[in-house]
Amino acid sequence: MAYVAPSPRFLPWLTRKPRPKVFAEGAKRVQFSSPVLPYLFLAPQLAVIFIFFYWPSVQAVSSSFYIEDPFGFGSTFVGMSNYTDVLTSAQYRGIALFTVVFTALVTLFSLSIGLLLGVKADAVIRGSSAYKTMLISVYAIAAPVAALIGMMFFDQHIGPFVEVASWFGWDMRVGLSYSDTAFAMIVVAVWKQVPYNFIFFLSGLQSVPVSVREAAAIDCKSGFRRFWTVTLPLLAPTAFFLLIINVTYSLFDTFGIIDVMVKDKAANNPITLVYKVYEDGFRGNDLGSSSAQSVILMIVVFVLTIFQFRFVERRIHYT
Amino acid sequence: MITKFSMAALAVTFSATSSLAATNITWWHGMGGRNGEVINEISQKFNQSQSECALTPVSKGTYEEALASGIAAFRSGEQPNILQVFDAGAATIINAKGATVAAEDLIKDAGYDFNRDDFIEGVRYFYADSDGKFVGMPFNSSAPIMYINDEALKKAGVEAPKTWEEFEAIAPKLKEAGYIPLVQSQLTWEFTENFFSRHNLQFASNNNGYDSVVDTTINVTDPNHVMMYEKLKDWHDNGYFGYYGAGWSDNQKPFEENKVALWIGSSGSFGGLQKTAQMPFSATFLPYWKSVNPEGVHTFIGGAALFAMSGKSEAENKCTASFFHFLTSPEIQKFYHQATGYVAITEAAYELAKEEGYYKEKPAAEVGIQQLQLPSGEWNKGYRLGFYPQIRTIMEREYNGIFAGETSVKDAMETIKKEGDELLARFAKTAG
Repeated sequence: MAYVAPSPRFLPWLTRKPRPKVFAEGAKRVQFSSPVLPYLFLAPQLAVIFIFFYWPSVQAVSSSFYIEDPFGFGSTFVGMSNYTDVLTSAQYRGIALFTVVFTALVTLFSLSIGLLLGVKADAVIRGSSAYKTMLISVYAIAAPVAALIGMMFFDQHIGPFVEVASWFGWDMRVGLSYSDTAFAMIVVAVWKQVPYNFIFFLSGLQSVPVSVREAAAIDCKSGFRRFWTVTLPLLAPTAFFLLIINVTYSLFDTFGIIDVMVKDKAANNPITLVYKVYEDGFRGNDLGSSSAQSVILMIVVFVLTIFQFRFVERRIHYT
Repeated sequence: MITKFSMAALAVTFSATSSLAATNITWWHGMGGRNGEVINEISQKFNQSQSECALTPVSKGTYEEALASGIAAFRSGEQPNILQVFDAGAATIINAKGATVAAEDLIKDAGYDFNRDDFIEGVRYFYADSDGKFVGMPFNSSAPIMYINDEALKKAGVEAPKTWEEFEAIAPKLKEAGYIPLVQSQLTWEFTENFFSRHNLQFASNNNGYDSVVDTTINVTDPNHVMMYEKLKDWHDNGYFGYYGAGWSDNQKPFEENKVALWIGSSGSFGGLQKTAQMPFSATFLPYWKSVNPEGVHTFIGGAALFAMSGKSEAENKCTASFFHFLTSPEIQKFYHQATGYVAITEAAYELAKEEGYYKEKPAAEVGIQQLQLPSGEWNKGYRLGFYPQIRTIMEREYNGIFAGETSVKDAMETIKKEGDELLARFAKTAG
């Protein structure tokens, strides 16, 4: 589900601004001898998208209108009742609310910590590659492994974080108390994502022209103000790209972390909407409800993406 | 290196040709670690015992994942011959009429003898239909039993409790001796489902769900059941009961570390516990309330059963039947029982292990079987509830809420009943 495009200029079709013409003077225009040929080249990619994205999506939409016996012996058309059942359930709304809070906090903290570290590492001259390697290496850890390590830190019996918390009179009970588990989940999810943001911010910072920095340094003494008025706007395309990546990360890619942290038994612990889809569909074998939930998620992501590109990206200037 | 490689290739070719002549059948299961290895050993033993059939076991992850894979495979016509399904998923597969062939029919059609009375009391009904016909073949069976930290009891100068009344009397002494008196591992299985079975109380309407899926409701608001959780909460507040969330091992760990006096675990836990426990331990039956039922009857079996999937050729079904028959032989049952710690499910296997003096050596291994052989009552044969894995999820959520102080016992039980009944009604729609 996550976007993997390396530059902020992906998904151009959603943006309003006209793009600069690709075929500038001197650029080579590819000529095909037959009009069918380009479609043939596209076919494998289209086939993959169709089989792994559109087809399952259509299936999800159609099965969301049925209540079905898991083995497929009979299905009853129930109209919108899977949707109304889900949306009227207090539990589902609680999970949706947690998902919103979780996404907002994880995105906020992983972006701001990543930016802070990026700025600081950019300023270091001596031994900078060692620092950078150390900060980046966390990204190589797979989500479940990160969650396992995080879980150890927050373990009720041996966790060092729990020990530290107890010095301040905080009786941390991860796995039992809703808020404590939520706290641990956010910490691990942020920790996992910070290095990714760090890499992008750092490379963004390094592409700020030296001449601009020097000019700014002459004009303004305050480093903070310089950062705020000159560097940050120049980083905006990177930040916007990361915002989208981090939102999708918090919504979808934290699944592995959550699955490991709740140890297969969510109980009263917080979970996100994606985990709920899995729980009802794969563990509960309730395909109708699970499909309805995944359609709701699809709509949410669609709306969110349009919103981001329409309203956030307008304020960004690509250099 | 090259010789090794060609040797391996040769071995593969040979084993492939030897199984070419035979009928191949597959077995999907949800066991990992040592238990998964034992499944491979059993399959090997079966393949060596005859030449007509070749059985291939495939691990599909956890119980839930095995069931989900089995369902997905069935829908696309690629189902295995044998699928392992756990206790809570029994209703899902048994109510899908046409997905399976009843084990009893399969075995009889293949010309083998099948006698329900060969199986121990507590195993006979759980995976059977309401007439008692075996639909699933009981495979790995367990019972919730109480493990005892011998050191702790000695230090406190008390005897292991048989009833919860006795536990209440000794709990302060155990606490004084510096131990957490009681810990459990899975409230849903040990203190809800088997609270009902042990006290011979009705768990759900429609004969615990066996008679029909329509209008089945769950009895968690039974005053005795509410009382059990109010006591647990009370014990928790007084430091007599430790609770560390819904995860199994989080709760087992303090017992292994000699911090806990009594732990409710599975009869299948004892093999692992022998390696991890830092102190000598023994085991006894799951306690019951004398005030609720003066005697206490046997518990439901936990664990899982094997189901023969439908839509397979006669030759393959014959092989499945011969494997089921092979599984019930006393030698194999005894081997499985001793290798894993799951209970022996036939009387003959139990007798064989007894004769061998196995239980003199390891008395804790016998407790589960003895508990399943306690008298039968009206309500402890089993339960058959649709979407039950999800109902368990609701229980886990609410029970955690009780001990985290987020909800009261009464409210929790009412929520479980409300949401559970809704799921049961929903299941009735899918099956109807």
